[in-house]
Amino acid sequence: MTSLKTSTSFPSRIDRVLAWALRGAGVLAGSLAFMLVAFIAMESLPILAAIGPFRFFTDPSWHPLQDRFNLLPMLAGTLFVATGAVILAAPLGVLSALFCRYYAPAPMAVAYRRLVELLAGIPSVVYGLWGLVVLVPLLGRIQPPGQSLLAGILILALMILPTIALLADSGIANVPRDHILAGASLGMTRWGLIRRIVLPSARPGIIAGIILGAGRALGETMAVLMVAGNVVQVPTGFFDPVRTLTANIALEMAYAMDGHRSALFMGGLLLALLTIALVAASHRFGKGPAFA
Amino acid sequence: MMSTSGRVSSVLAGFLIRASAVIVTGLFLWILFDLLRQGLGGLSWEFLLADPVNAGREGGIRSIWVSTLLILSVCMATAVPLGVAAAAYLAGFTREESNLAQLLRRSLEVLAAMPSIVFGLFGNALFSKLFGMGFSILSGGLTLACMVLPILIRVVEEEFRAVPSEFRMGAAALGLSRAGMLFRVLLPLALPGITVGLALGVGRALAETAALIFTSGYVDRMPGSLFDSGRSLSIHIFDLSMNVPGGDTNAYASALVLVGLLLIINGITAMAMGKRFTGRKRA
Repeated sequence: MTSLKTSTSFPSRIDRVLAWALRGAGVLAGSLAFMLVAFIAMESLPILAAIGPFRFFTDPSWHPLQDRFNLLPMLAGTLFVATGAVILAAPLGVLSALFCRYYAPAPMAVAYRRLVELLAGIPSVVYGLWGLVVLVPLLGRIQPPGQSLLAGILILALMILPTIALLADSGIANVPRDHILAGASLGMTRWGLIRRIVLPSARPGIIAGIILGAGRALGETMAVLMVAGNVVQVPTGFFDPVRTLTANIALEMAYAMDGHRSALFMGGLLLALLTIALVAASHRFGKGPAFA
Repeated sequence: MMSTSGRVSSVLAGFLIRASAVIVTGLFLWILFDLLRQGLGGLSWEFLLADPVNAGREGGIRSIWVSTLLILSVCMATAVPLGVAAAAYLAGFTREESNLAQLLRRSLEVLAAMPSIVFGLFGNALFSKLFGMGFSILSGGLTLACMVLPILIRVVEEEFRAVPSEFRMGAAALGLSRAGMLFRVLLPLALPGITVGLALGVGRALAETAALIFTSGYVDRMPGSLFDSGRSLSIHIFDLSMNVPGGDTNAYASALVLVGLLLIINGITAMAMGKRFTGRKRA
């Protein structure tokens, strides 16, 4: 037997080495999140030390080369775009999951789920391309230039819809069958069952999906960058162009130096903190780790 | 008995639910047909085998997919060994379900949720600046490795856990060392699950753009080594559509290639899923 050599001695040296190697890998992988936040915080430290945390919200404008660092318009852009996308995509995603589980005939349900999975697999840059070439000109016909808050909301909604639909779908699939049979035997209609039994008991899964979708929407860069117009301003209407925190980083990082670069990392730090808050929220209100 | 308002809400709900399915299907078909209509025209063997000319307006994507493959290789060569080892640790192979393991799991979850642009910043600060790799394929690949680790670990850990404890006990009763158990029992059994994790990781890395803009960079020449900057397929699509007037046709053709690759990877994942140990146990 070839395995004899490694299999006899009991707590052998190789086992101890292996145990340490595995623990090392685990600790390295696990410490990445801390390293990531630490590095971004470290890079934003110079500007924080120079101007303090408040001027990011009180400066008259975002002109980093003239020492003005107001991130508020970008933060507003991020929040508006993400909120709008969630408001659109959440109901559509949940309804679409209900269709899959309770309204579609079996073969159609399988095909439909596959279609949603395909939508989930389209990369964000392709959504952005489609948005730029198809959606923006359409919106531009209503009110030029087309690159706008609305375009950003629509593209992001489209992107997070599959995520929400798939998680809602698996939440709905996990509703105990007994409960549904009991409801059905009491003469409840399909919609009655859904409203009184399925939706309440699938709620944690649905909420987890919505929070995950919100996280995607907050963090998405490319698709928004391509369709939202990227003008630094707090939007006053849906057709105003906006710039998000993510787009701001992607646009300016290439040529940013010193304080400017540091301020961009500050934007990244804000994004990281928002994300951590969302993960905490998913533990509090959803059913725990939906992120992966 | 059902009230009238109950019946109305039931009918309305049925309508809305079916309408949402029609909307989602319609949007999907719209995007799909648009991609095919605008992309198929530019797609040819020459397109795949020629280097980009004139900022990508003309020529093809040879250097682009070479760079993409190199970035993916760096990413996976780093992430897979690290991920499998970390998963083995978290799955309790070392017999400790410590507070440490819990903390690591929580931290991986945060990592999985981080926006990709934040990974880009991190990679730029750590790999490009601190480690002095500059804008390079190495720097981009390592950044992506950090990004795909959480999903890889999650899938592989689940797979390790699905191996029934009888297998571990049996191996222990035969006097197999822990190392022997890992390499001869757990890893072979978990192989389909590792394939799934790998495919999911490759899919995510392939689709990624934002994390690469300021780690692997924009340069569209054929890379000479891992220390050269290289432009990934996703960045090529972005650049052609945003910064190159008249680049739309080739942007669409590249998008079609990217989506096609992702579909193939999805197919592999689905096939490997069918063979997964978790699946067999349930059957």
